[in-house]
Amino acid sequence: MALFEAKNLSKRFGDRVVLEDISLKFEQGQLSGIMGPNGAGKSTCFNVLTGHFPPDRGTVLLEGEDITGLSPRKIAQKGVARSFQIMSLFDEFTALENVLFALPEVRNVGFNMFRDVAGDTATVDKALKIVEQVGLAASADVRSSSLPYGQRRALEIAVALAAQPRVLFLDEPTQGMGADGRGRLLELILGLKRQFTIVMIEHDMDFLFSLADEVSVIHWGQVIAQGTPDELRADPWVSRANLGTKRNA
Amino acid sequence: MALYTPLTTRHATAGARKQAWVTKPMLLTLGLLVSFPFWAESVGLYQYLGIEVVIWMLYALGYNLLLGYTGLPAFGQGAFFGIGAYAYGLCYLNLSQNPLVALACAGLVGGFGAALVGCLVAHRRGIYFALMTIACGQVFWFVSMKSHSVTGGEDGLLNIRRASLSLGPLELSLKDNVTLFYFVVAVLAVCIVFLWRLVHSPFGKALQAIRMNETRARFVGYNVWLTKWAIVTLSGVFAGISGGLLAISQESAYPDVMNVHSSGFIVMAVLIGGGMVSFWGPVIGAVVFIVARDLLGALTETWLLWYGLLFMCVVLFQPEGIAGAWQHYRAKLGRRMRAGTPPKLAPEAENGPV
Repeated sequence: MALFEAKNLSKRFGDRVVLEDISLKFEQGQLSGIMGPNGAGKSTCFNVLTGHFPPDRGTVLLEGEDITGLSPRKIAQKGVARSFQIMSLFDEFTALENVLFALPEVRNVGFNMFRDVAGDTATVDKALKIVEQVGLAASADVRSSSLPYGQRRALEIAVALAAQPRVLFLDEPTQGMGADGRGRLLELILGLKRQFTIVMIEHDMDFLFSLADEVSVIHWGQVIAQGTPDELRADPWVSRANLGTKRNA
Repeated sequence: MALYTPLTTRHATAGARKQAWVTKPMLLTLGLLVSFPFWAESVGLYQYLGIEVVIWMLYALGYNLLLGYTGLPAFGQGAFFGIGAYAYGLCYLNLSQNPLVALACAGLVGGFGAALVGCLVAHRRGIYFALMTIACGQVFWFVSMKSHSVTGGEDGLLNIRRASLSLGPLELSLKDNVTLFYFVVAVLAVCIVFLWRLVHSPFGKALQAIRMNETRARFVGYNVWLTKWAIVTLSGVFAGISGGLLAISQESAYPDVMNVHSSGFIVMAVLIGGGMVSFWGPVIGAVVFIVARDLLGALTETWLLWYGLLFMCVVLFQPEGIAGAWQHYRAKLGRRMRAGTPPKLAPEAENGPV
């Protein structure tokens, strides 16, 4: 059984069908990629899988348990974490605080009005380890709004990691980054591969193909191809949909 | 003196460094208040004014949980202030003349009213939150005006005498303004310690996280609705307690403090004081508001015009309020002190180390 599975998902906004009968499977310990051109429904697919909106039809299963239509909070508490394509940090918190706040240990005492956040050294240490894991140790005390772009991207991933997720969804992690930053990000995600089950949306084909075990290509709200990077490189449909040799200039 | 003390790696490396229960600004504020009766008259103020200032400090601190910490612009807070005053009065007239019991009653009923409103507004934010709170506040105001048999209508509840407070063998009459002042300061001191703990607790962090990014807080697994509902309720408790204190000091409870106009005062006071950037902003704001009302009000009937102009100037030139100006000044001073040493170069280029 796959760790995370989506069966026959459909979603429409008004009269626009965004997802049509999509089925996906993500295996434990694998890095799966989702790719497709702009407006293909990748982000909507992510939003449905992580509970941002419920699907109109279809089911989402986490280890066989039906989690369709649960709130983002419940899905997060079950161990599904995500990063955002558009940067979504707690801007006035320091890098360390961003991660600390996302730790389940802190979340679970969320209504405790007297415990001191700073008082629990073990928890703070744990947050610090995650900050180090994404290479931000030197900037741990910097407000996240003052971090340079690449570091904010890394912090975005660190916040998702803090939940010790069973499945980690990364929404276009390379968005807006230069070649240099991509290189570092590639190393960071390679370091996380095998430790976590990762699902990644990515625009950058080279980036995705050098990381993913398996890739699903979405176009017009449907899965048009699925396979390992090598298989997909050979698939004429894939190159047509993504590189726009004929229709999409 | 920021909105909260940021947590840094020092906490991890230097062992658990808990946020103190009592801090220097806290002692300074309370010290100033305790000495107030001794110098009030020599600077042209009077004892009763101190009572109102302290009541407004408490009201403003409670309100800032919403505006400053959670970023919820509530414009109907006066309702819970007024409800607290009525609850105090009704409890005093019908149940118990013990000020502590009646005050607890004021806090509970204020919190209950806010909890009801919270159910309606907790899933909103921004302008919709503001409009919903105005509407709810107006409902309470209208009810208090119309239900003559309970609230006394437009005249309000009268005959709420300042009872005496019995603390074991000690019997304190609150009739005297100075004694009442110290009683109100004592209530404020307890509340300040509570609030200081609250904003540094995980719950306080959650409030601020919701202000910065509600969606992310939800995706990290926080119950945003419940957190917002809880803080609306808690802030109503503080408004209720301060309303109860107002009923003691004025020996009456009346609907005026509940209308939308009066609810706006607390927003202006907190913003001028700097509630958006400092825990102490509301305290400063309450002093400025009450003293301005008194001093300007003695000079001209149109004091609100001048206070309104002051508010506009603050919003235009110093949007972070008086506390914000103080923070900028301190930062500048700090830079000047370090001027001898060359500035540290920022190590971060674009796309710096990931």
